[in-house]
Amino acid sequence: MTAVADAGLDLRQIEQFLYREARYADEHDYDAWEALWTDDALYWVPAGDDAADPRSQVSVIYDNRNRIATRLKQLRTGKRYSQSPPSNLRRVISNVEILGTEGSDTVVGANFVLVESRTRGMEIWAGRVTYKLRVVDGEIRLAYKKVSLVNKDQPLPTLAFLI
Amino acid sequence: MDCVTATVPQAGTDRPDYSALIQPERVHGSLYTDPRIFAEELERIWYRTWVYVGHESEVPQPGDYVRKNIGPQDLVMTRDREGQVHLLVNRCAHRANLVCEDERGNSNSFRCPYHGWTFRNNGELLGYPYHQGYGGRGKLNLGMATVPRVESYRGFVFGSFAEDGPTLTEHLGAAAGEIDRLCRLSPEGEVELNAGWLKHRTRANWKLLAENETDGYHPQFVHGSIFSVTGSPIGALYSEKSTAVTRDLGNGHSENDLRPEFRRHGEPMRWFGTTPDRVPDYVAKMRQAYGDEAEQILVEGAPHVMIFPNLFIAEIQVFVIQPLSVDECVQHSTAVQLKGAPELNRRMISQSIGSVGPAGMLLADDTEMYERNQVGAEQLRPEWLEIRRGMHRERVDERGLRVGTATDETGMRGFWSHYKTLMEDDK
Repeated sequence: MTAVADAGLDLRQIEQFLYREARYADEHDYDAWEALWTDDALYWVPAGDDAADPRSQVSVIYDNRNRIATRLKQLRTGKRYSQSPPSNLRRVISNVEILGTEGSDTVVGANFVLVESRTRGMEIWAGRVTYKLRVVDGEIRLAYKKVSLVNKDQPLPTLAFLI
Repeated sequence: MDCVTATVPQAGTDRPDYSALIQPERVHGSLYTDPRIFAEELERIWYRTWVYVGHESEVPQPGDYVRKNIGPQDLVMTRDREGQVHLLVNRCAHRANLVCEDERGNSNSFRCPYHGWTFRNNGELLGYPYHQGYGGRGKLNLGMATVPRVESYRGFVFGSFAEDGPTLTEHLGAAAGEIDRLCRLSPEGEVELNAGWLKHRTRANWKLLAENETDGYHPQFVHGSIFSVTGSPIGALYSEKSTAVTRDLGNGHSENDLRPEFRRHGEPMRWFGTTPDRVPDYVAKMRQAYGDEAEQILVEGAPHVMIFPNLFIAEIQVFVIQPLSVDECVQHSTAVQLKGAPELNRRMISQSIGSVGPAGMLLADDTEMYERNQVGAEQLRPEWLEIRRGMHRERVDERGLRVGTATDETGMRGFWSHYKTLMEDDK
């Protein structure tokens, strides 16, 4: 990992970070993935309506840092049967854009396509991801990840891996 | 290996012999895998008996509508100007196009996009363009079809495609008391289901889900991973030593009655995993609303009841099972919202997101089991699925209902007994 001097992140550094995050998720490297998050993390996969308030409407995932930890602990038991055996995953991240800043966070948008293979068959997942990245102690960290699935208004198959 | 084989008759011959397929101690695998049996279920269960459709709080205002379903049937639940709730079949009376494409909204009429026919939100035909082609206005009596019987119990709306049959009250029987118990947890005595829905596609026969909902034998195993990392006390409710019971409520309904465990502890709000000092406003409002009764309500908590064939109230969540084919269904789930209890409602949404839906730390694993179970049931031998656990220790309670221990298959036996009655009914 290359150290980052300032909050002035350039696109190349951002892309490298996003690809790394994607690789950790694809390869079920839970420890490395967890270490990317800030303490005030928010990992959100809306259901149905992107504009809905996640505190008054249900989401597929709406994890704070604590719940991310619980989710990963459950996966590490090896008895999270919906991920035991784990899905075979590969995703492509593209159309990466720096959308702006929010305080010290850089807001980044990207599209993704992910292929999941399990015994029950192949699933294609796709959507828009919004990231908020922050430089902490010279390293890029992930403060926010919102995954807006293209089919979030439709019935979804089990989503027990890290998306 | 067992030599008794019950096979489903070939097409063109008699109907399946449900008495052979459903036995007191076991049920035949073909019940989960045979498309002909699924077709008969649609006709005899889903398009005949009372099926849960939606909640009145989803259409609070006149003109409100929301898309719903009974199995594969696409319905629109509407509220008319007089406040009455209707279930319209989403199909134009002209050329069968889908009339309503939006998930929800507010409108007193619907216009079919194909040829512009319009219908009032009670299904009545309002008009058709270029009316001379039909000899003028008001010449046709072609409304959208409606589900003939619609009844509501404490805001829970049920529909039946049969013109007549048992009333909703008769169908619910002892299960109505469990809906009452849920409503009683609101200081205003009302539940709302207005927190949106998670839709979870499940490649399994719907009955595997219905049976699992009050199966107290699986939680320790399927959910051991989350119980162990969170130190959840839920596991203990379904242990061998638990004083909770499984009850056959009749008409295919069943419950895990957790009250004996909660009474044993005697701690208000334990059922919700909290204490009164963490939710002081709620507890105060409950004591004000219910007086001396409040303590018991706050100790005993919420019901865990499966209402045949598709409504599952799991304490703080509501599930609706929608079968699509013999091996596919959708689980719709949401958080219970108690009217007048904002403090609890926020927590219920957060807990529900953690537990249920496609990524839920409980339901993703249940669903994995349903899907593996479906694959297993398609294997040829030994043909049968067991439902005998706890038969020897079942008793009949003071209401005349069959009761087993927390981990017994009493609920499944009740389910199958009612299923058999419906499938063999010659009416």
